Amino acid sequence: MAKQTTQDNAHLTTPTQLTGAEIVWATLVGESVTTVFGYPGGAILPVYDALRKFPIHHVLVRHEQGAAHMADGFARASGKVGVAIATSGPGATNLVTGIATAMLDSIPMVCITGNVSSKVLGTDAFQEVDITGITLPVTKHNFLVNRAEDIAPALRQAFQIAQSGRPGPVLVDITKDAQQATALFDFEAAKPKPYRPHPMLGFNETALNQAAELIRNAKRPVILAGHGVMESGAMEQVRTLAERAEIPVALTLLGIGCFPASHPLNLGMMGMHGEAWVNDSIQNADLLIACGMRFDDRVTGTLSSYAVNAKKIHIEIDPSEVNKNVKIDVGLIGDLRQVLEELLPRISTRDGSAWLKTIEASKGESAVRDIKNIPDSGHLYAAHVMHDLWKLTSGDAIVATDVGQHQMWEAQYFHHENPRTLVTSGGLGTMGFALPAAIGAKFGCPDKEVWVIAGDGGFQMTASELATIVQEKIKVNIAVINNGYLGMVRQWQEFFYESNYQSTPLISPDFVKLADAHGIAGATVRTRAELDEAVQKARTADGPFLLNILVEKADSVYPMIPAGSALHEMILRPKKNPLIETAEDE
Amino acid sequence: MVHTFVAYVEDIPGVLTRVASLFRRLNINIQSLTVGRSERPGLSRLTLVCESSGEASHRIRASLFKLENVVDVDDIAQAPNVTRELALIKVAVTAQTRSQVFELVEVFRARIVDLTSESLMIEMTGVESKIEGLIEILKASDCRILELCRSGKMTMRRGHHTSGVLRAMGAKSEEHVGAGAMAGGESD
Repeated sequence: MAKQTTQDNAHLTTPTQLTGAEIVWATLVGESVTTVFGYPGGAILPVYDALRKFPIHHVLVRHEQGAAHMADGFARASGKVGVAIATSGPGATNLVTGIATAMLDSIPMVCITGNVSSKVLGTDAFQEVDITGITLPVTKHNFLVNRAEDIAPALRQAFQIAQSGRPGPVLVDITKDAQQATALFDFEAAKPKPYRPHPMLGFNETALNQAAELIRNAKRPVILAGHGVMESGAMEQVRTLAERAEIPVALTLLGIGCFPASHPLNLGMMGMHGEAWVNDSIQNADLLIACGMRFDDRVTGTLSSYAVNAKKIHIEIDPSEVNKNVKIDVGLIGDLRQVLEELLPRISTRDGSAWLKTIEASKGESAVRDIKNIPDSGHLYAAHVMHDLWKLTSGDAIVATDVGQHQMWEAQYFHHENPRTLVTSGGLGTMGFALPAAIGAKFGCPDKEVWVIAGDGGFQMTASELATIVQEKIKVNIAVINNGYLGMVRQWQEFFYESNYQSTPLISPDFVKLADAHGIAGATVRTRAELDEAVQKARTADGPFLLNILVEKADSVYPMIPAGSALHEMILRPKKNPLIETAEDE
Repeated sequence: MVHTFVAYVEDIPGVLTRVASLFRRLNINIQSLTVGRSERPGLSRLTLVCESSGEASHRIRASLFKLENVVDVDDIAQAPNVTRELALIKVAVTAQTRSQVFELVEVFRARIVDLTSESLMIEMTGVESKIEGLIEILKASDCRILELCRSGKMTMRRGHHTSGVLRAMGAKSEEHVGAGAMAGGESD
């Protein structure tokens, strides 16, 4: 396995004649890349051939979608740029779902694809596809490179674009002849032009003072904290603002972790499956301070009735997001941390106790009736699983979730204290994300405990990556929340389609046997009593471990705001749910 | 309302697709688009006219700036400007009808740039309404329009404004969301 690599990296400081393929790796080394996720093929073979000379670990995936999700998970967990590599044609198109996932969630990622020789570009040559055309709307930018000397500048610019401003994925498509040709590699000279911030950024004295004034005079303010808090590293600043002015903080799905779950000012997740008191406090607020979030429809419900009595301050790095969905009163357009550092000196301590008490009182029954508080009745609910997993892992693990009911239960019951501990596809809502993203997260944070939480449906979309776990000898634990349904779709069918369960019941393989076939140990969990031991067994096992957790089949995620309804028009947990409660619980 | 954007973009392959794709995504029809070399080496200047809601202009301009190959964007809005369009019109004529076209061309201050026994070609530069006027008159005459080719609008602000001057001035109307690099939305 030992690679004969050029460890001295002399070519990074001394301009050297290299092939285009070598330039790809040399540039990645220069950009501090140590791990890439990919799948070889004809049009990228020169690059794979040159890999042996460079100190970069390549993770062989089982499907290119997996490579993109792994690079994404790597980036989300570590904060660094994730790198995925694929060949031309189908290899490149298989990346697309993963690229779109990263685009919608603003994840810094660089995808490298091979393409046919520049002489035959545009002729429908074997495995040729116009991948720069295809990915144009789902990348922050992309490049078609057909000369060896252009590879290093394009790649270096790709890294800059991916990380700067509002981050996002960048694709670099390199023709085979460019990989084979030689050029002078000069890492320093290939440096991109200095990053040019979006020209419409701006937060002047007037706007900062207006914002401070609004905060000073607000009676019922709420901070809405999103993914941007993590991307700009503004956790401390948001916390300072919340504590100094005693303002409660509501989180978006992707904002989870940016403000400690245990913090008394943390209200929890807002939006479609947010708790009633969170959404009610937003609806009753007289000031919303939106920090690095984009008023997504899953967060606002119907726009015409969204927080109608609240003034809105929007702190956001992307000017095109301002006034897009929600009309704002004060826009502070720039990097969240920079803006808050300017704003905080203008904020003095403020007594927010009356408003906090009102919110606390509104929790009332809904908090008490929370499913985790209901005694074990023999039924195993996914909410129990999330709660117990959280308890048993001390909330310190990185959790990658898929999309659907389990994703929302995780967001509700797994209490994340730290940023970058929840890896989930929010904007695109990509099923099959969890397993590959968790693998990427493990490479990004090798010392962290990593859990996959996936539904039985989504897990089967990318289950082939189990083999990647084994080949890479990494420890990732997997909890399949198995309810025999495409659960969230089933829930919508129950609520909005007269319980017509069309195409949602799901026959799945025995996941423990599937794991076993890959050489991965596993166990099936049927009752809550078995859960504790099974989770501990998974955690202490030497290798990866899969838990097939058979939960209540027809359970639903509450509360729920039906699509197109106002934020306060929630479907609440049923007062008496025959599924959840037995007579003794009353 | 009708929006007119002037943008400087890198003169490299694929840039026009990126600009056009943005409008496609926003489901906004481009009414007119002209592109050509500019006074800045390596940069093309484009004038893009589209119809959309009043508040869309901020988002369009902000989104245009997000494209890596777009260097500057100006939202002309209602600012004083000169807008011109070029039209080439080929008209079927006979020896009998030719002179009446000559008269029209004279009145509209257009030019005849090609003449054969069966047809002639009119070159006309002007504002949209003037070109429309000539076309209408021609349609109403005995002469059939064989071919019509219009360049789309080209727009330039009046006065000694370079993008550098505008940058120094900032864009007052946008202060609540930050000063822009080029003046934008002065009408709102």
